Amino acid sequence: MIMVKRVAMLALLLGLGSIAQAQGDPMLVNGAGATFPYPIYSKWFDEYHKLHPNIQINYQSIGSGGGIRQLLAGTVDFGASDGPMSDEQLGQAKVKVLHFPTVLGADVPTYNIPGVTQELKFTPDALAGIFLGKITKWNDPAITAPNAGVKLPADDIVVVHRSDGSGTSYIWTDYLSKVSEEWKTKVGKGTSVNWPVGLGGKGNEGVAGLVKQTPNSIGYVELIYAIQNNQPYGQVRNSSGTFVKADLASVTAAAAGTAKSMPDDFRVSITDPVGKTAYPIASFTWLLVPEKISDGAKKKAIVDFVRWMLKDGQKFAEPLAYAQIPKEVIEKEMKAIDRIQ
Amino acid sequence: MATSPIAVERAGPGWGPRTLLRRLRSGDEIAHLATLCFAASVILITTWLVYVLWVNSALPRHKFGLHFFLTSVWDPIFDQFGALPFIYGTLVTSAVALLLAVPAGLGAAIFLAELAPQRISDALTFVIDLLAAVPSVIYGLLGIFTVVPLLRKYVQPFLHSTLGFLPFFQGPHYGVGFLAAGVLLAVMVMPFIISVSREVLLAVPVDQREAALALGATRWEATWKVVVPYARIGILGSVFLALARALGETMAVTMVIGNNPQIKASLFAPGYTIAAVIANEFTEATGDLYLQALIELGLVLFLLTFILNGLARLLILLTTQRGTAQE
Amino acid sequence: MNYRLMWRKAVNGMMLGLTGVCALLAVSVLFFILGYLVWHGGKALNWDFFTKLPKPVGEEGGGMANAIVGSAKLLLLASLIGVPIGFFGGVYLAEFGGRTFAFLVRYTTDLLNGVPSIVIGIFAYSIVVLPFKHFSTLAGGVALGIMMIPITLRSTENFLRLVPRSLHEAAMALGASKWKTIATVVIPAAYRGVLTAILLSLARVAGESAPLLFTAFSNRFWSPGWGQPTASLPVMIFTYAIAPYEDWHRQAWAAGLVLLGLVLLTNLTARVLMSRGMSAQRS
Repeated sequence: MIMVKRVAMLALLLGLGSIAQAQGDPMLVNGAGATFPYPIYSKWFDEYHKLHPNIQINYQSIGSGGGIRQLLAGTVDFGASDGPMSDEQLGQAKVKVLHFPTVLGADVPTYNIPGVTQELKFTPDALAGIFLGKITKWNDPAITAPNAGVKLPADDIVVVHRSDGSGTSYIWTDYLSKVSEEWKTKVGKGTSVNWPVGLGGKGNEGVAGLVKQTPNSIGYVELIYAIQNNQPYGQVRNSSGTFVKADLASVTAAAAGTAKSMPDDFRVSITDPVGKTAYPIASFTWLLVPEKISDGAKKKAIVDFVRWMLKDGQKFAEPLAYAQIPKEVIEKEMKAIDRIQ
Repeated sequence: MATSPIAVERAGPGWGPRTLLRRLRSGDEIAHLATLCFAASVILITTWLVYVLWVNSALPRHKFGLHFFLTSVWDPIFDQFGALPFIYGTLVTSAVALLLAVPAGLGAAIFLAELAPQRISDALTFVIDLLAAVPSVIYGLLGIFTVVPLLRKYVQPFLHSTLGFLPFFQGPHYGVGFLAAGVLLAVMVMPFIISVSREVLLAVPVDQREAALALGATRWEATWKVVVPYARIGILGSVFLALARALGETMAVTMVIGNNPQIKASLFAPGYTIAAVIANEFTEATGDLYLQALIELGLVLFLLTFILNGLARLLILLTTQRGTAQE
Repeated sequence: MNYRLMWRKAVNGMMLGLTGVCALLAVSVLFFILGYLVWHGGKALNWDFFTKLPKPVGEEGGGMANAIVGSAKLLLLASLIGVPIGFFGGVYLAEFGGRTFAFLVRYTTDLLNGVPSIVIGIFAYSIVVLPFKHFSTLAGGVALGIMMIPITLRSTENFLRLVPRSLHEAAMALGASKWKTIATVVIPAAYRGVLTAILLSLARVAGESAPLLFTAFSNRFWSPGWGQPTASLPVMIFTYAIAPYEDWHRQAWAAGLVLLGLVLLTNLTARVLMSRGMSAQRS
């Protein structure tokens, strides 16, 4: 009897609890995907929530692969990825998926070499060799050649890459595929590749964490992760032969070519671009939004957010070291938003 | 509602509609039926689980068949999936864990069951049982910030300099890797070995010990030469239980193993286990073949732990029964 | 002859010492874990931790209020699933069970107990997340609830069996039917043990993180109702521990301290309850 009473009380409490929460329920929109833009996205969603307290956009950074997968499975309302969806993946989608570029960012080679405080210069061959596992020591000629004056140790290089499906990996491997024939045939480009060597970290956060804690390591992360954690990152030689460091100017220069020639579906690669000041490993990152959203309230929330993001949100990008989208691309996107039903 | 025995008697056996109704009116049948449903739901859930695992791993089973267990390439881009690196990693980390935990655990169990005074034994056992309750993710948290740096700075260089001629202790000192995962697992399974072994040792009949002591053996000799061999089947059972636990450990392992699906002899190398790869890649397995390959790995893990747990319980049962049969 | 005896006594003493060291090693691990967590976590615990939501990436501050509430909701849901099935299943096995069916139930329960938590996560993903097309507290609760069943069931059965037959027979002799006997006499007599079992299984699943990774997922905000993703302490610890931000590490320690504290406290309560129950039964 006592048990019955207790169970009944519990059920009552639960019911009341649910009702209490349902009243004045903020609307929750769920998204998941890339860790590359996570810092700016979390800032945006926080700011947007302050402007619209009844809308909560819950974004989980599980990697671009995760964003694509969960969007295809229908378990999230929108996805995010720095590697655009392939034709095959788009074909798998039940509803057509639209790509919306949000910001421009860069993959930087971040390293942790005890005793080395200077900024290192990396050639494309050096990076490819390191990640292929062919260059194994820090004092290899390929690395020391452009870095005269820096004393590099004879220690083994610890390579760190992503263990999860990652758009940041996509950008990195896309670049390596363009500059190294061997990489292209042996490994290829993608969100999840068969890495020849190295430790795997989960998310940009995991890679940054591993590099920070492991001496003599090198990994690739989005620029802001290196900055926020005071990790040194190197310059990369671009297609014109100049060693460029990733920053707002060089990343914007990388996207300069696309302003006029952006395809309608916004899927474009800007790694290894033409341009003397362009940073070679930069990329757009995209929100993946279904063309048809059945829930009217959610659709309005997402559409309103994308509009806000393209107009007011862009100003938050630069303090976090992301470059703004070129004006022409923004205009094109505003028109594309109308395609969402 | 009828509660007197006479009413129960009147209900009686039979399946006709009127008798059924009469039986249902007596609370006993309802209680029996209700609790039976709950008990049956356990069987239902477990069968459903196996069914879901089986059905959702059909694609890779058909595509790769047994080759799944023999290939070591895990390449989502080219849709090649082989389970070998994960099986290897799971087995290696568990082996390291047992190598470290069994001697220490058995030693502790012997101390608690045979050699220590009652009060100390009870107090220490209490604390060790609490250790078994510490969540995996807390072990992982401590592992990242204490075990990994310790291994990288002191233990791995030491092992390299002393035992570096063995293939197990070669290679760069990452800190993370098979060794780190093995050490964490050892700490996690030790409480299980201790508690089960202690019970098994305590179950050994007193006259065995007394006979040995009467013949002039020291406490240690009586324990090591008589009691432990007597209980060795049960102790083996505890080892199997610990192994089953180690195989399924996810969080602590994935935080310190380095997440690299490769097969290397060196314990310093980063690796991957079945549970860790599922945890890392499940939410982002683009493509059905990829996702189902992960589920097939889950099925493999399930089967491994199933067999081990079954063996373990059989062994422990045998020991305790043998103990009572002798009396 | 004397030397031989001296040697054997020496070995005896040595082994006593060695095995004692093993036992002390095992015990000291717990104290090390506790001490480390108290030291690092204690420094990071503040009012904000319990009341604020997480801040955007890279910004200092914020807390884990939503994770604490999320964990509580998950455990509540898990109990609603795990406790009835475990409890009534245990009652069946102890009071009504036939030979083969009861054996089958026990066997499957032990089987379920040994299933790795990540596999249960896969199961819950397939049967709750996919059909509803949502990560949700419900899915997480289902996963944890399934994990609670075996412990609760076996323990309930064992404690009910411990109740002496004389109580059963006395009640029945007084004219009570079987179900009334069970409900009003047997179960109250065993309630301490059953409560202990429930507490222990709660403590066990409270720390589980793996099955929540793709069922309850995570949430930077409050999770309304039961159908949305929710943050939880174990998952937050995992996420924050592997990241590079010092502030996140701080919060991970604090969360670890809170989680471990709750788990150990529940375990201690359960054991104290049980030992008092035992002594009560003896007297």
